[in-house]
Amino acid sequence: MSAVLLDLTAAAAAAAVKAGELDPAELHELYRGRAAADQLNAFSWVAPEAGADDFKRDTPLAGVPLGVKDLFCTEGVPTQSGSKILEGYRPPYTATVVEKLFDAGATLLGKTNQDEFAMGSSNENCAFGPVFNPWDPTRVPGGSSGGSAAAVAGGLVPWALGTDTGGSIRQPAAFCGIVGLKPTYGSCSRYGMIAFASSLDQAGPLTRDVTDSALLFSHMVGQDANDSTSLAFPEEIRLPTAHDLKGIRIGVPEELLGAEGGIDPGVRASFEATLELARKLGATVTPCQLPHAPHALSAYYIIAPAEASANLARFDGVRYGLRVDGDGDLTSMYSRTRAAGFGPEVKRRIMLGTYALSSGYYDAYYGTAQRVRTKIADDFKTAFADVDFIVTPTAPSTAFELGAKSADPLAMYLNDFCTVPMSLAGIPAISIPSGLSEGLPVGFQLAGPAFSENRLLNAAFALESAIGFDGSPARGGVAK
Amino acid sequence: MLERKTVDHVARLARLELSDAEKDKMAVELSQILGHIEAIRQLDLEGVEPTSHVVDIVNALRADVPHASLPRAVALASAPDPTDSGFGVPSPGASAE
Repeated sequence: MSAVLLDLTAAAAAAAVKAGELDPAELHELYRGRAAADQLNAFSWVAPEAGADDFKRDTPLAGVPLGVKDLFCTEGVPTQSGSKILEGYRPPYTATVVEKLFDAGATLLGKTNQDEFAMGSSNENCAFGPVFNPWDPTRVPGGSSGGSAAAVAGGLVPWALGTDTGGSIRQPAAFCGIVGLKPTYGSCSRYGMIAFASSLDQAGPLTRDVTDSALLFSHMVGQDANDSTSLAFPEEIRLPTAHDLKGIRIGVPEELLGAEGGIDPGVRASFEATLELARKLGATVTPCQLPHAPHALSAYYIIAPAEASANLARFDGVRYGLRVDGDGDLTSMYSRTRAAGFGPEVKRRIMLGTYALSSGYYDAYYGTAQRVRTKIADDFKTAFADVDFIVTPTAPSTAFELGAKSADPLAMYLNDFCTVPMSLAGIPAISIPSGLSEGLPVGFQLAGPAFSENRLLNAAFALESAIGFDGSPARGGVAK
Repeated sequence: MLERKTVDHVARLARLELSDAEKDKMAVELSQILGHIEAIRQLDLEGVEPTSHVVDIVNALRADVPHASLPRAVALASAPDPTDSGFGVPSPGASAE
């Protein structure tokens, strides 16, 4: 029975509960056992055994268990954003999107590991140690939502929440062979998400398929009085039904597939094969231009660290988490607490951001990056006049080996080459598995204009059905 | 290459105590990253407005209605040094700059 239960998508499990065919307590216990025995280090905390009354059966999500990235505040439950500096922190409140999912009937299974403060593309920058890829445990799961992606792909939880600042949902989804949606900026409240870069951070679902993605997302959206940058989503999110791409115009941006992106041949082959499938489904595929997209990474690695250096100023040993005594004065307490609490990548980005914002460099770096951001957003607007979606490989490579890039920050940052432009423009993008390259999953990214999620999910759904990817690492992920 | 005194200055601004070895490494790594980023400074951005935020909202304000805030004991529960009246810290006097 358990093997059959594990094969159910979250939407199917919710439907089975509502039909009276499945006890959510049984499902929860099954996943709880698997999460507690986790060999992937995907979880930082697993929920204790639940009582029979803890499940909201008559709700849209019907008590189906949910993994939540560590950086979402969860009342009374450990929340550290993968950092030593928040050791022992149990927040006094719950993040809005998590609260909304609880209200819709989701049950918390556990908190998932991540790169510290969501800074990373490999999940190696984590106070709780690296997370392992379920397809090959010698490889990284991607980051920063690597714990969520590994847990979903490894069958440790039916679905999970992540956050994406420059690719942190899409890239781990690609590396782990699952679906990851970065929504339009502002569609989900950021209240209670421990901030990395406030103008870019967005919560989103990591799921086994596109239908689950739409279902989870439909219960996350909405304006929130506690987040003044949140917006009312202009339409209801519907479950996808499309079976073809007739009349859909797909643009392929040459700038993101060129030499600087360094797309691996196996990734390129899977990408081309998916374009061919899109044509067979009725889409037209044409080249399109995003002239400033190759500069997105540079703009991002100024803007995101600049915002982070301000956001992380709050970790000073005063209100929560770690405190290391200094020489009896306040400033040395701050400086030593931060020295002991932050890992090397977080220190690097704080330094980079502080430098970019410091007197004499502000306009040369931060001001320039903000102007490039305008040009990138304009490029997308121009391109979307002629195409419905823009597609790229999600990441230039498949999952790399643990340690392969940890000594070279620039090489690590290049992972975000194809995902960062959409983040800077604030537009939605989804990564779906398009097949395997040398036994490892490849991600295919579709991006659309702001608030086009329904159309995006429909297109992804049609492609997903045509690709027929089997997301189970245990079965080797062979496409049918 | 970033000078050591620049690294010292930025670390002080960021309230980050770095060892000598960390500072040496930081100077090299930040220089490499800034060298890569440098390319965008060659772009012609004359007259382009900066984007600080992609959402088209100006001054979103909630209704001016009082609501409950966190009880003091709850807000202080995670503090390393809670006192009766707030968050305890060492004297700032010694570190005045």
